[in-house]
Amino acid sequence: MAQLGKIARRSFLVGSVAILGGTAFGAWLVARPAENPLRAPAGGAALTPFVLITADGVTLITPRAEMGQGTQTTLAALLAEELDLDWQDIRIDHGPAARAYFNAALLAEALPTRGYNTGDTLHALGEYMGQFGKLLDAQVTGGSTAMKDAFEKYRLAGATAREALKAAAAQRWGLEPAQLRTESGHVIAPDGTRLPYSALAAEAAQQPLHTPALRPASAWRYLGKAMPRLDMVAKCTGTAQYGIDIRPKGLRFAALKTNPNRSPMRSFDASAALAMPGVEHVIDLGQGVAVVASSTWAAMQALDHIHCDWAPAPYPPNSADIMAEIAKAFDLPANSTLRDDGDGAQLPSGATQISAEYQLPYLAHATMEPMNATALYTGQSLTVWAGNQAPMFTKKACAAEAGLPEQAVDIITPYLGGGFGRRGELDFSVFATRLAKALPGTPVQLTWPRAQDMRNDFYRPAAIARMTGAVAGGRAVQLDAQVAAQSTSQQGLKRWLGLTPAGPDKGHVDGLFNAPYAIANHRVRGYLAPLDVPVGFWRSVGASFNAFFQECFIDELAHAAGRDPLEFRIDMMQAEFPQGAQVLQALRQYSNWASPLPPGQARGVAFCYSFGSAVAQVVELRQDQAGIAITRVTIVADLGLVLDPQIARNQLIGGCLQGLSAAMGEEITFAGGAAQQENFDSYILMRHAAAPDVEVHLLENLPRLGGVGEPGLPPAAPALANALFALTGQRLRQLPLSKQVAFAGT
Amino acid sequence: MPSTIVINGETHQLDLPDDMPLLWVLRDALGKTGTKYGCGIGSCGACTVHIEGQAVRACQVALADVWGPVTTIEGLGTPTAPHPVQTAWIKHQVAQCGYCQPGQIMQAAALLAETPRPSREQINSAMQGNLCRCATYPKIRAAILDAANSTGG
Repeated sequence: MAQLGKIARRSFLVGSVAILGGTAFGAWLVARPAENPLRAPAGGAALTPFVLITADGVTLITPRAEMGQGTQTTLAALLAEELDLDWQDIRIDHGPAARAYFNAALLAEALPTRGYNTGDTLHALGEYMGQFGKLLDAQVTGGSTAMKDAFEKYRLAGATAREALKAAAAQRWGLEPAQLRTESGHVIAPDGTRLPYSALAAEAAQQPLHTPALRPASAWRYLGKAMPRLDMVAKCTGTAQYGIDIRPKGLRFAALKTNPNRSPMRSFDASAALAMPGVEHVIDLGQGVAVVASSTWAAMQALDHIHCDWAPAPYPPNSADIMAEIAKAFDLPANSTLRDDGDGAQLPSGATQISAEYQLPYLAHATMEPMNATALYTGQSLTVWAGNQAPMFTKKACAAEAGLPEQAVDIITPYLGGGFGRRGELDFSVFATRLAKALPGTPVQLTWPRAQDMRNDFYRPAAIARMTGAVAGGRAVQLDAQVAAQSTSQQGLKRWLGLTPAGPDKGHVDGLFNAPYAIANHRVRGYLAPLDVPVGFWRSVGASFNAFFQECFIDELAHAAGRDPLEFRIDMMQAEFPQGAQVLQALRQYSNWASPLPPGQARGVAFCYSFGSAVAQVVELRQDQAGIAITRVTIVADLGLVLDPQIARNQLIGGCLQGLSAAMGEEITFAGGAAQQENFDSYILMRHAAAPDVEVHLLENLPRLGGVGEPGLPPAAPALANALFALTGQRLRQLPLSKQVAFAGT
Repeated sequence: MPSTIVINGETHQLDLPDDMPLLWVLRDALGKTGTKYGCGIGSCGACTVHIEGQAVRACQVALADVWGPVTTIEGLGTPTAPHPVQTAWIKHQVAQCGYCQPGQIMQAAALLAETPRPSREQINSAMQGNLCRCATYPKIRAAILDAANSTGG
């Protein structure tokens, strides 16, 4: 780990330092292929880590967490596109935790470049850095990176497997591979003779693998088209298996409560609980207790009868004091100044200056499936079933917890009932392992009661922004942006890798430093608040708060300049990021921006470049008797390349509505050290009646494939707040908005 | 107390606590995991099942209070013989993470059984108790309207 840690620290540094790191550790270590983790049964073949062929047929390995984003369907499409499988014959499996499944795109995004204007050289450097993800075992689903990582890799795997199958058939028939073709899971000879892949597996496994040329986009059958999701029928018939549905023989059910002050437990008294029917064991977790029982319900009931003495929180106990601590970070040296164009500190002469402060709360992930994991420890081996976003990190942590070598640990990743970053954490898998170790030979399922899930989350950090800007001649001539919040990267990477990355925290200012506006005097500084409130990756991470600051303030500047806010943005983006300006121009048309609305109705616009994609949204509001209703949302997104338009649209809609949900009603507040929200009666998510219909238009002008799981979220909150300003004349700079205005449908 | 309940047409003799919520009877005692735990307080709708055709939150109904035959998502339709609401869901590719969808589908099926041609407002009102964190709400509305039309009301 020491050496990996060193590599990690170096690879998180930037520019030339990263190249040095590569030289020091040797390119061979980075380039050497990871071992194929698949073990084919006799007569079968594992042609690359992604294609397993047995007598029953072909199984495609899609080793990214399916948490709703449709990733496994499109990964399968990438493989099948080259392997020539019919859609209805495709079988997929998440597969094991393995180094071979590292995500090269995750680290590639660590360079603190703006992204939207990154040239080929810097992009190549990023891709090179991404290869270090293998040494870190970064099999991670997150950062909207699955398709960037997979686009070439999976098509190559499919093509490589296809060529091995053709070579095997050629050998058997005494023909040249070039004479053969493949179709519907068969190799076909010139005379029409057909052999199914399964009949060729053993011989194909003996063929040397080589890298064929990939098919051109014009030949694609699946990519670029709306494919039926491979998980859809199961998810609509109650047959899809989530982590919480795992039912191994002899399963016992457990629930836990840990210190809501996120500190140790000093003592507990379980005598009453142990006398309750169905209760089998009470296990000390150090920071809390777990009850093992005959049912999850019996375990949850018993928890209510265990008295725990909790140590106080390692952070200020109340929200007001926490926010005051965050504000104090502005007095510390800046962690980053990732944008410093012109003189951001100086008011240009003749310009009109405005300043504003914004504030956003902590947020919970609130996945519909509460955290859970199931584990079976035998003394020599450990199996953990956990819907998780980081199988290799999970494997290492569970092996350490069980005191077993990593080879003795199997991680099985079923469907995730929502992830949004929460299931990248290791806590649920480690606690389940601890229970399993206490009960050798007995499988145990540990479920978080909803209150535990909400009060022991790793929250989206609260954030404060101080924005100063100036306008002259109808344009912004100065923007000096400062944001203070806890660092998600520092906490998150410490939990994953045991290290705290040095240098500027890009994620902390994402959506702010890389806002693609040409403003002559433009400075962006990030301040890390040294607080121990547990925070984690939450859908779109830093952009989830920074886009609100950036895009609300741009609106304020447009207003100060007396300009239409959409035209103002286009003017300042045109030269800096032409594709972004095109997104806004398309949005102007699709949203009927120029057509006036009747009194009592208004529109707001916002834009954000994040995760490699440019997304802009218009939110339309109407003042009703019951409150303000969101009547319509229009989204235009440039994704570079659209691999599945229906999945992409659904991700953008889901991201947008989750952003609106957070903006309207969501917040975690603290009192006495603990989160005050415990369930969906106090943590307010958007429901049916408040959800508008959303129209999505996709563009493909960007030179590279962008992400889609997260970029739909950042523009939603500022578009809503800007629409509220247009409707009411009131500039709301704090979320959630429902504390300040009444919405219909809530 | 020993009790007898009918689930998806099948009679079960159970010896479980009277106050055990139907949700946990289904999931932990009978292994019928299509019905989901979300909140335990009747606030999210993930555990929605039918009792005598009426949509109820299984986390809020004690075993002793189950007053009639229970239908769960597994009994509404199957992958090879889906209910019209499930067919509409698949056609519209509604599900994302999918965890809430058994509850959404059970709620929608009960709505359409009672109100074959619901308006947008009736849909929103009937579905308001079913949360979806992936926010598939617009697709759910479209699927319900489609199912209403395809079943001919």
